[in-house]
Amino acid sequence: MKIIACIKQVPDSEAKVKAEGGQISWGDAPLVINPFDEYAVEGALQQKEATNGTVTALCIGPETAKEALKHALAMGADEAILISDPALNNLDTLGAAKVLAAAIQKIGADMIIFGRQTLDNGAGVTPAQTARLMGYPMLGLAGSIKVNERSVTVERVLEEGKQIVKANLPAVISVVQSIGEPRYPSFMGIRKASKAEIPVWSLSDLGISAPTEIVKRDELMTPPARETTVEMITGESPAEIAEKLADKIIAEKVL
Amino acid sequence: MKTLVYIDHFKGAVQPSSWEALGVAKKFGDAVAAVFGENANDVAKSAFEYGADEVYIADDSALKDYLPETYASTFSALASTLNPSLILFPTTSRTRELAAMAAVDLNTNVMTDLTGLEASGDSFIATRPIYESKLFEKIHCVAKPVVATLRGRAFPKPEKQEGKSGTMTKVEAKGEAKSVVEGYSEAESAVNLGDANIIVSGGRGVSNNPSLTPPAGLDEKQAEIWRAQQGFALVTELAKVLGGAVGASRAAVDAGYIPYSHQVGQTGKVVAPDLYIANGISGAIQHLVGMRNAKVIVAVNKDADAPIFKVARYGVVGDLFEIVPALTEAFKKKLGK
Repeated sequence: MKIIACIKQVPDSEAKVKAEGGQISWGDAPLVINPFDEYAVEGALQQKEATNGTVTALCIGPETAKEALKHALAMGADEAILISDPALNNLDTLGAAKVLAAAIQKIGADMIIFGRQTLDNGAGVTPAQTARLMGYPMLGLAGSIKVNERSVTVERVLEEGKQIVKANLPAVISVVQSIGEPRYPSFMGIRKASKAEIPVWSLSDLGISAPTEIVKRDELMTPPARETTVEMITGESPAEIAEKLADKIIAEKVL
Repeated sequence: MKTLVYIDHFKGAVQPSSWEALGVAKKFGDAVAAVFGENANDVAKSAFEYGADEVYIADDSALKDYLPETYASTFSALASTLNPSLILFPTTSRTRELAAMAAVDLNTNVMTDLTGLEASGDSFIATRPIYESKLFEKIHCVAKPVVATLRGRAFPKPEKQEGKSGTMTKVEAKGEAKSVVEGYSEAESAVNLGDANIIVSGGRGVSNNPSLTPPAGLDEKQAEIWRAQQGFALVTELAKVLGGAVGASRAAVDAGYIPYSHQVGQTGKVVAPDLYIANGISGAIQHLVGMRNAKVIVAVNKDADAPIFKVARYGVVGDLFEIVPALTEAFKKKLGK
């Protein structure tokens, strides 16, 4: 079983992200593996163990994104590949899907696992677009994965409950947190990752030209800071506090 | 100008943001609705009442269960025939896939989770949050048709016009299914945090009621979960009285107190209800990014230094096991329930 985990590198959730001169800045906040993609790596490693397979971590990004790939290697991925090319600076979701599809085709895989969305763009559409481009089944928002020979069954975690869906391999799967807590890199894993040579593929290695940017950004805006001062509600008893608080909430006209 | 709107429903229960999308479509001209799957006729009837001028329905047996491939192929075929300038979806788990795939089929791309959409020349300028709503971007699509999904509650819901109807046209399912649905285990009630006006949430603190004695025979972890369930029962009571949904912090979900579908914040749902009541939630940044855009935030927490109070409009430092039931009673009395 060949499994590919698609990951991205993003600024940490704690970063103070700002718009500066039309560019996005996150100060000196660290760049990390997209938190949703840690679940993708975890899901991939679970399947590697269940099927005696291999996991390749795949990432599009600048040279610095090797750090995110090293995190995946330290968790237990067998190999990592970075796709990096100056022509990929303005990549929209479909563009990313086209590049990933070409790379997946080149590597060859039975199962391609994504996180449900990225922390930065947050569109959550690249997995489905990759599946559509490749003609593979899309199994989205999986909370568990079970492989049986050439088929895979997942439990989709939806608003209305759980849906159990089966498809033939190869398939594209996006996972949610219910897949299981991402494992911590082991000491051995970290050592292995630090020594790993991560191959960098350009667009010419993939044999494709740069995808046309279809959705373009015109402007970046920082939302106005919210001025909230908290009003603490106190009283002699819970009933009195509740009484006062209920009146305040009713006066806000939000019910 | 013609806009095609996909009405998202699950076995006939419509995601209310579908009606908001119809409202946006009407603002630009004619609204044509697409309704697929079981109970499509009833949904179509409502679509007319919320403003659709025409409805295309596909209640083919091949569309009984939502499957992304057949739904996308059927939708793309319909869109190719109708040739609309704009295609709108409400943002839901299903439509993120569907819109993504339809965009591939139609040689365009999709703009997701929009909070604003304005006509500009013969195209549109869209606004959407990025970086967990820390920033917003204005974007446009250079290809045609323009495909977008709209964030729930970001656009006004149109008035329902009782009894309004229009032309209904049947369409056939297209494409080949690539997966089969083997079963459902439905939640007790649907958890649609994105559409909720009011969310009452619980965190790690809901398990922290020392006065409760768990039934005999539970180990430590089971006893903790039992305690948490008693705590969430109080949270749920308050949510019921207010007609709201139940949310949870990641800590509560990770500890196994409540299913993942309730999770607010990073790796869960980003929400912006009118009222958000956080009970026993300390307010880690991962939770705050998911709810800080709520109009009115109320926090109940034992710890006066909890970061949740920094984003709250009203705060109570106290025991949620006393405050929450008292608040439920106060609302019952005041709202006449």
